[in-house]
Amino acid sequence: MGMTFAEKVLASYADEKETVPGQIVTVHPDHLLTHDNTAAIIQKIPDELKQYGIASSDLPVIVIDHVVPAASEKTALNHKNIREFVNKHDIKHFYDAGEGICHQVVMEKGLALPGKILLGSDSHTCSYGAVGAFSSGIDRTEAAALMLTGQTWLKVPQSIKIILENTLPTGVSAKDLILHIIGDISASGATYCSVEYHGSVDTLSVDDRFTIANMGVEMGSKNSVFFVDDITKRYFSSIGVKENAYSPVYADNGAKYDQKLNYDLSKVVPMIAKPHTVDNTTTAESVQDIDIQQCLIGTCTNGRLSDLEVAADIVNGKTVDANVRLLILPASRTILKDALNQGIIQTLVDAGAMILPPGCGPCLGAHQGVLSPGERCLSTANRNFKGRMGSKDAEIYLASPATVAASALTGHITDPREVMS
Amino acid sequence: MTVWKYGDDINTDMLFPGKYTYTCSTPEEIKPHLLEDLDASFAENVKEGDIIFAGKNFGCGSSREQPVVGLKAVGIKAVIAKSFARIFYRAAINQGLLLIESAEAVNAHSKGDKVIIDADKGVIIVGDETFHFPQLPPEIIAIQQAGGLLPYVRKTLKKQK
Repeated sequence: MGMTFAEKVLASYADEKETVPGQIVTVHPDHLLTHDNTAAIIQKIPDELKQYGIASSDLPVIVIDHVVPAASEKTALNHKNIREFVNKHDIKHFYDAGEGICHQVVMEKGLALPGKILLGSDSHTCSYGAVGAFSSGIDRTEAAALMLTGQTWLKVPQSIKIILENTLPTGVSAKDLILHIIGDISASGATYCSVEYHGSVDTLSVDDRFTIANMGVEMGSKNSVFFVDDITKRYFSSIGVKENAYSPVYADNGAKYDQKLNYDLSKVVPMIAKPHTVDNTTTAESVQDIDIQQCLIGTCTNGRLSDLEVAADIVNGKTVDANVRLLILPASRTILKDALNQGIIQTLVDAGAMILPPGCGPCLGAHQGVLSPGERCLSTANRNFKGRMGSKDAEIYLASPATVAASALTGHITDPREVMS
Repeated sequence: MTVWKYGDDINTDMLFPGKYTYTCSTPEEIKPHLLEDLDASFAENVKEGDIIFAGKNFGCGSSREQPVVGLKAVGIKAVIAKSFARIFYRAAINQGLLLIESAEAVNAHSKGDKVIIDADKGVIIVGDETFHFPQLPPEIIAIQQAGGLLPYVRKTLKKQK
C-alpha cells in the first residue's frame, strides 16, 4: 500500500518497511534545534547525567536569536551560559546573536535537507517542510533528553492532502493563502496531522513555501511538506548544497489521507487575522477602517528578502503615516546584507522605517517594540495571541508584507492592491 | 478542590506570557505568572488537587513548557479538554502532568459537579455520569511511570552505560 510522506520518512528512520498512523516509532533525528532556551535546557540536565556528555556534537543546532542583543542582565547571562556550553561540547553548528532567526539560519546553512528529520524546541521548527524535510517542534525537557540520548519517540501522524490550483493574483501572497487556509480549517483543523501540499505548488517560491510551512503549527499540524522540485533544487544550488547531498522523499500514489482539501489560488485575496486567534480571519478590504500605531515587517514568517522587497516597492518615495511606527526585522544577516546592497533598506529608511537587528525582535513581546495598552499592531508574524507583544490590552492583527507596508502609509488597514494599482 | 473552566484555543501566551519566557524558568518563577492574561485570579487561588476543564486545542501556540511546569508545580491534578495541541501534549507527558481528552466529560460538567478521576482505570466521573478515556501506548506509560522524561532517561542511560 502507498505511504504518505510522514509514514515513509518515519518508516525509514525507524528501520521499518512501513508505518501506519498512530504507531509509535523511535527515531534518531538528524538535528536538534535550540535557541536562547538552550540556557534553560542545559540546566534541566541533572548533574549526575552530565558525565554522559551529549549524544553527538553534530546533532545540536544552536542559534541565539530570541532576545538579541541581550535586553537585560538575565538574558545576557543566558547567552553567556550558552556560549560556554557550545565551547565545552565543541558544538559544530552554533550561530551567535546577529546571525539571524534560527529557522532562517537552519535553512540558509543547508542544515534542513529533504527527507531528513529535524526536531526543535521551538514551535515553528515545522518551517523546514518548505524544502521537503520532516520537522516539528518539541518542548525543552525533550530537547534536554535528546541532547543526552540523540533519540526520541514520534507518533506516526495522519495526513491531510492540500491540493492547490491556479496562481495567486498580483498583490496576493503566500501569507494570504495560509491565513485563508487556517481561517477555513481553524486553529485546530490539522491537529497532530502531517500536511502535504500538492497541485500548483510550482507557482510558489521557496520563500512562499517557508511562510506556509512556518504557519502549519497555527492550524495544529505536526509538520507540513512541499515536495522537492526544480524550485527546491535551484534553491539548494543557490546556497551551495549539491544535488547529491540529499535524497528527496515523495508521498506514494495511493497513499491514504485523512482529508483532501482543494484551494483555488486565483480566488485568494489579501487576508487579515484579527485578534486574538490566527483563525479569526477576514479580508483586508472588510476591515479598512481600523487604525494602527505599529507595523512590523519581518520575523521567521515574513522577514526574507522577497518580503522586504515587496514592502520597499510599496513605500518607495512615500512616507509612513505620522501616527505609525514601521519596524523592519530582517530574518538573517545575509538577508540584511542583500537588502542593503540592493537599496531596499535605503528605500525603507527613507520612508521612515526603523531597522531592527536580525532576530525575533518584538514578535514575542520581549523587547524592541512592545505595545502599550490600547495600541494596535499590524504584523507579518505568525501569532496574534492576546498579550503576545507586551500588553494584554493591545491588539495584534496579522497580514502579508504588502498589506502591512500599504497600511503603514495610510495609518489604517489597507488592501495593498489599492496602493499598488 | 476547585474546578477551573475555560474555553477553546487557550494558547501558551494566555497560560504563560511570552515576555517572561527568557526570564522565568523555575517553578517558583513561573507560578505567579500562570494564566496571568487569561484569569488574574488563578495564580493566587489555585490549590493542590484542582482540575482544569477546557474546550478544544488547549495549549496551542509556542513550544514553551512553562505552562506545563507551572500547572504541575501548583498541583493541578488533571487538565480535561475537548482536545490538546500536540507540543503541549508531549510536554505534559514529559513532565508527568495528566491530560485527559474527553469532549463528553467537558460538555457534561456543570458548576458544582463533583469530579473524580481514576487515571489507572481510565475513568472520569462528572456529577453522576461516568466517562472512559483510552489508555496511552506502553512507550508513553513507561515515561509517565518513571515520573517524567528526564527520570526515564536517567534510568535508560544508566542501563546502557
